[in-house]
Amino acid sequence: MKPRIERTRQGDYRLRLTRHERDALRSLPAQLRELLSTDDASLVRLFPPAYADDPASNVEYEQLTRDSLLADRLQALRVMEATVDADRLTEEQLNGWMGALNDLRLVLGTRLDVSEDVYERELDPDDPRAPELALYAYLSWLLEQAVAALASGLT
Amino acid sequence: MTTAPVETRRPAREDVVERDRPWIVIVWNDPINLMSYVTLVFRQLFGYSLEKATKLMLDVHTKGKAVVSSGTREKAEHDVSRLHGRGLWATMQQD
Repeated sequence: MKPRIERTRQGDYRLRLTRHERDALRSLPAQLRELLSTDDASLVRLFPPAYADDPASNVEYEQLTRDSLLADRLQALRVMEATVDADRLTEEQLNGWMGALNDLRLVLGTRLDVSEDVYERELDPDDPRAPELALYAYLSWLLEQAVAALASGLT
Repeated sequence: MTTAPVETRRPAREDVVERDRPWIVIVWNDPINLMSYVTLVFRQLFGYSLEKATKLMLDVHTKGKAVVSSGTREKAEHDVSRLHGRGLWATMQQD
């Protein structure tokens, strides 16, 4: 099977997603954007503290960085949303996809409280978390290919 | 009535030493980020070679953490925020 994402000789990236995959991905950026306007506990990994043991410095750090971290995340979601039907991506666009895919995984993974062996366990159809676990596994699989494609462009 | 002046300030020399101690940036292991992704982020953000980035990633994975950069407090805070932008679990502390 050909990789879903592949660097071309021209230096951009081919995006080979099926119609079903594009439809599954289409609504995800808007869902995360909506969540980002809340203070939902599943966002904790997107805005973590910088100091292990210094609450005052963390308040300052958050004031200094939160807006720009949020703006970058929203920008990545816009890129993924705008190019979900594209066959080619620029390097900048693929970096946006990579960021958006990983942010989606961070939120899903936090909500599902995943462990490192999550991919080794079979999905239990009776598990109410099964649909989200399947989505998490798919996003991980796709991200792995985005990473491989971008790494192949680094010397 | 008077009391003896209380020394509240540390000697100046110690202040300087305290301020000059470098800050280190630590990336911690987490169950979500992919190993390949962490390696790529180290290469993209810090310009590390594949070898160096892979070694740091493996330290995070097997030892639970790795020091990925160091310098002034401002530089460390900048690096931590770039790592947070990529979703890595990073903190900073004085060495």
